[in-house]
Amino acid sequence: MNWLNDEMVDHLREVSTFPDLSRTPYRILRVLGSGGMATVYLAEDTKLSRPVALKVMDSAVSSEDSVSRMQAEAQIIARLEHPGIVPIHDVGTLPDGRVFYAMKFVQGNSLTHYSQKAAAISERLRVFLKICEAVAFAHAHGIIHRDLKPENIMVGAFGEVMVMDWGVAKILPGAEEDVTTLADFDSTGQGASTADDTRLDPSMRPPLKPLVETMSGTVLGTPSYMAPEQALGQTAGHSRLTDVYSLGALLYFLLTHRHPYEGASVQQIRENFREKQLLRPRKSDPTIPKSLEAVCMKAMAFEPPLRYSKVEELATDVELFLSDLPVSAYEENIIEKAGRWLNRYRFIIFLMFAYMLVRFVLYFLGRL
Amino acid sequence: MMKDSKIGGGLFPTTQVSVIVRLSSDDLALRFQATESMAAVYWKPIYKYIRLKWNKSSEDAKDLTQGFFARAIEKDSFKSYDPSRARFRTFVRTCVDGYVSNEEKAAHRIKRGGDCPVESVDFNSAEMELKLSELPAENTMEDYFYKEWVRSLFSMAVEVLRHEFTAAGKTTQFEVFERYDLNEDRATGEGSYESLARAMEIPVSQITNYLAFARREFRRIVLEKLREITANDDEFRSEARWLLGANLK
Repeated sequence: MNWLNDEMVDHLREVSTFPDLSRTPYRILRVLGSGGMATVYLAEDTKLSRPVALKVMDSAVSSEDSVSRMQAEAQIIARLEHPGIVPIHDVGTLPDGRVFYAMKFVQGNSLTHYSQKAAAISERLRVFLKICEAVAFAHAHGIIHRDLKPENIMVGAFGEVMVMDWGVAKILPGAEEDVTTLADFDSTGQGASTADDTRLDPSMRPPLKPLVETMSGTVLGTPSYMAPEQALGQTAGHSRLTDVYSLGALLYFLLTHRHPYEGASVQQIRENFREKQLLRPRKSDPTIPKSLEAVCMKAMAFEPPLRYSKVEELATDVELFLSDLPVSAYEENIIEKAGRWLNRYRFIIFLMFAYMLVRFVLYFLGRL
Repeated sequence: MMKDSKIGGGLFPTTQVSVIVRLSSDDLALRFQATESMAAVYWKPIYKYIRLKWNKSSEDAKDLTQGFFARAIEKDSFKSYDPSRARFRTFVRTCVDGYVSNEEKAAHRIKRGGDCPVESVDFNSAEMELKLSELPAENTMEDYFYKEWVRSLFSMAVEVLRHEFTAAGKTTQFEVFERYDLNEDRATGEGSYESLARAMEIPVSQITNYLAFARREFRRIVLEKLREITANDDEFRSEARWLLGANLK
């Protein structure tokens, strides 16, 4: 019997868990990460000689429902063609019945890592705006993410942002106006969106399968970034405002480097919600501007109607802040208005002051 | 190489019946058989553990390892195992500690003869492995025991795989597995399969297919053996998850 050294044992442990991809063009290189439902591998697409991220369902959860969910996730991502949403290349089923899909391999860091680098606040806010753009795009297509958290946001070396992991996304039943890409979807009989897609050939699109689990009131998502209605399991209350809350929580994280509510379990988060134990951002960092804190708190309002009604409104407030303009979430007093005005026009004021100083000096020189 | 194939017939049976249950049988012959099967995986980790944790000489560790299994059969020691309290490998390690401690107190050991299931295993191979490997820190001896347990289990699985593939005429498949997965100097990343394919003069797609097949079989063998040396379904699932990250249906 040959001796297996530590490296061999570790390697065997790893490769023994690899799915059988022998009938696919993919070859696994290593594990990138794993979640509650699937494992993501770095793989090589041997036909096109390019790296891909391969998400393969874990065998333990290969129930009919989870198969539907993975397929629906793949279909959702496929329909959301946006620079901020990772594109999908392929979807398939392994011989053992597990669903997999291949997507673009995104190189970068998660928002958690990005935040640790302590970039300037304006830079962090620009990253936040890109997240908002991607989420707003999904909302415009009737899809809510429901698991926005730092680990699901990738930031590339050049500031490019990708919203990942649409595994618990929900397609809004009866989504109105611009839900044109979600033809043929009937979410467990609660309504259907059958409008035509004006941009894509409908014949090219398979019908979306309903997300059974996401309609059943099960708590899906990550506690610290969940909206109260989500943490409390009120499925009927899930809407775009659920993502608005999570975006507020992401803004909170980007400003403070802390998770909004500390607490490992949903139960603890619920308790924290009840006791309203959210530490205001300025309590952890007094240098955070009041207006920005107000934007964050408005997005994270406990009652959904008190939040921004759309992601675009939240993004607009952040843009206004970046332009030194008043935000809708905060009413400034006269001193704050003056301070912001001075800050906004500081360069012009400086030039005027310099000009007056020169004139003043010249005036006195002329009198000598 | 293992000189003696007495342990579990050299290659363990592929039965999925737990030997842990049979370890507490009233029938001595059945108990011996079950201990033999269990010892196939455990003797080497136990030997190394005694050598390092208890700082015993090679000869003493050999006697103690043999004595441990012989005593277990005689005294029906494994009968007291309660799956709800600990994993079997934890229980075994605790038993080894208790046994060696008692032997030290008694200041004598009875050398076991033909009734010991690890009478003539190749202790030299275990010694050689000890020399090749990095010695663990004193406070990590428990982890060391479990690590050696994994090594022992995997080594057996590789041997079974070799045996099965050879019997089925799949020597090329095993060679691919051996040259890639059992080769610490394997090339990694892009192009790694290509170099092996060139060396073996087979297409890259064959490398992919053979490896996938061999890994799947290796995993099956490991899980079969694991089922055999765990007490019940819960422990089996828990060990499978710990060992392979396998979430079994």
